[in-house]
Amino acid sequence: MLGQQIINGLVAGSAYALFALGLTLMFGVLGVVNLTYGFYFAVGAYLALLAAGAGAPIALALPLAAILAGLVAVVLDFLLLTRLRRTRAPELASLMVTLGATLFLYSAMSALLGSEIRRFPAGLLDNGAFALGAYRISVGQILIVGTAVLLSLGLVSLMGATRTGLAMRALAENSDASELMGVDTQAIMRRVSFLSGALGGAAGVLIGLEYNAIAPYMGEAMTLKGFAIIILGGLGNIGGALAAGLLVGVLEALTAGYVSSVYKEAVGFLLLVLTLWVRPQGLFGRPGARRA
Amino acid sequence: MTHAPKLSPSRRSVFLCALLGFAVLARGAEAADPITIGAIEILSGPNAKYGFSIKNGFDLALEEVNRAGGVRGRPLAIAYEDTGGSKEQAINAARQLIARTKAPLLLGPTLSTEMFAVGPIANERKVPIIGTSTTANGVTAIGPYVFRTSLPEADVVPVTLRTAQAKFGVKKVAVLYGRDDAFTKSGYDVMKAALEKLGVETLATETFGAKDTDFSAQLTKIKSLDPDAVVMSALADAGAGILLAKEAQGFAPKVRFIGGNGLNSPKVLEIAGAAADGLLVGSPWFIGKTDAANQKFIADYKAKYGGEPDQFAAQAYDALHVAASAINAAKDVTGEAIRDALTKTKIVGVTGPLSFTPDRDPADSSGVLVLEVEHGAFKILD
Repeated sequence: MLGQQIINGLVAGSAYALFALGLTLMFGVLGVVNLTYGFYFAVGAYLALLAAGAGAPIALALPLAAILAGLVAVVLDFLLLTRLRRTRAPELASLMVTLGATLFLYSAMSALLGSEIRRFPAGLLDNGAFALGAYRISVGQILIVGTAVLLSLGLVSLMGATRTGLAMRALAENSDASELMGVDTQAIMRRVSFLSGALGGAAGVLIGLEYNAIAPYMGEAMTLKGFAIIILGGLGNIGGALAAGLLVGVLEALTAGYVSSVYKEAVGFLLLVLTLWVRPQGLFGRPGARRA
Repeated sequence: MTHAPKLSPSRRSVFLCALLGFAVLARGAEAADPITIGAIEILSGPNAKYGFSIKNGFDLALEEVNRAGGVRGRPLAIAYEDTGGSKEQAINAARQLIARTKAPLLLGPTLSTEMFAVGPIANERKVPIIGTSTTANGVTAIGPYVFRTSLPEADVVPVTLRTAQAKFGVKKVAVLYGRDDAFTKSGYDVMKAALEKLGVETLATETFGAKDTDFSAQLTKIKSLDPDAVVMSALADAGAGILLAKEAQGFAPKVRFIGGNGLNSPKVLEIAGAAADGLLVGSPWFIGKTDAANQKFIADYKAKYGGEPDQFAAQAYDALHVAASAINAAKDVTGEAIRDALTKTKIVGVTGPLSFTPDRDPADSSGVLVLEVEHGAFKILD
């Protein structure tokens, strides 16, 4: 059972990691606590559901949903935060604005689409599974892990090897200085919004596939978990978010399997509290450093 | 100060006279003064489908009663009040039916939570009230005037488990239930007691939250313990999710999944599809029952309403026959007399034999059927 639980945990963990990646990027580069992030998660899932309902295969529905969720993120970021940035409003202001917007967006979504759980049409994914000895890995699980790995590798190479990535890192370090150095900060911010929205949307599709359940409020609990993960990983730390996402996924599975399913949801937050006591900068963060 | 449009006193009295006139006319049109009982159901809002099923069941039985000569030589009538699913409206409805309509008997309300609000009022005014769809624990403990014809889970679940034990040799099970919902939690309590009584070993008890959609960790653990069956107390959505997840995890088909009333729903089949095959549930009524009374009920229902009846319509249909039989047998048409008559009423309805225990719950669970899902449809297990 141990092996199977670890596999389950790693699969859930890779979706968590993907979700946390977008969140930590948004936080690290844009420097705002943007609570609408969970909404992109739900938007991605619903868009993929719509596309699949119209007959699109998952290979089309997933990227389409991610791209559209990214565009939604760009628009929302522009509408909600442009003014606050221009007036250099304190961080609390962006927190309040995005909190209000999220509540509105979730309610509007459930009024529009209904709050009941929706599911992808049967047969969207091959129902098959591979047996590795005593372990089972389904096609859906392979898709989740594969997508998470590809997107994370893509993001890491984007950050490390392109001019856009360099500009993003510069922006994370100091937005005024990078603007003075000729970086088009507005354009970079839009790109970061798009990337993080797309990552959140993709994570929504994957979680929706794995658990076969999509609901307007699915992003709410996930946002809390996402914050726990990026704090564990060290705020703005991409590698940290990935590692912490996997860690929380595996710990949840092991807790449910060996302790009690009652404590499954609590384990990530327990780990968070313990970490903040011992290493306030996060498990993988460096003191005083802010990286993207 | 604002002036709201108001009828002047003289206008108002004209209006009242006209109303009265209509009432007198309506009265004159009927053969005899009807006996009007009240029904409190959800007839608007998201849960209205339950209320309308129940209303259809009542109305169909009402027609039969009146065609056969009514009660005590007078026609029987039902005054409906809508609750919209809210306790407050249910309370208003009960007060109105008792004080204004002077109903000597109430039917409904639809939900157990509404019954906990309305039951005490009926009980205090000494008007008997019969729930037809209220299955929660403690409903009839409200007071001596509160009855129900719906079998509580505590009567249905043991039948299901006993049948599974006898038929499939279930000796060791795992239990999975929703920990943060009153209905699924009380379903679990019933299951636990029934399993102990049957001497079935419980290998593990796992839980999930109402909003959970991931059951993989619990099911992986359950699978590793190799149970004969998995007993679950869940609402339709979560239950279907569990069935899909167990399919994905490759549970052997011989491991039976056994559910409470929450899983006795077409919604489960709709969501879980082929993964629901083999599921066992207990049900107080089933459309496929072949006895003559049930076949006639289904045919009449289809003729009158066009659609197929469900469990709620069947239970309501029986409850109205219970009510009519008690009103006939009572020494007069007061709440007290009807209450006494109800305690002695015995009929055979489409859900099986119906009478009340001294605690005013249905006395007979011999009408309970165990259903099995086969090729995406419920059928009677035989």
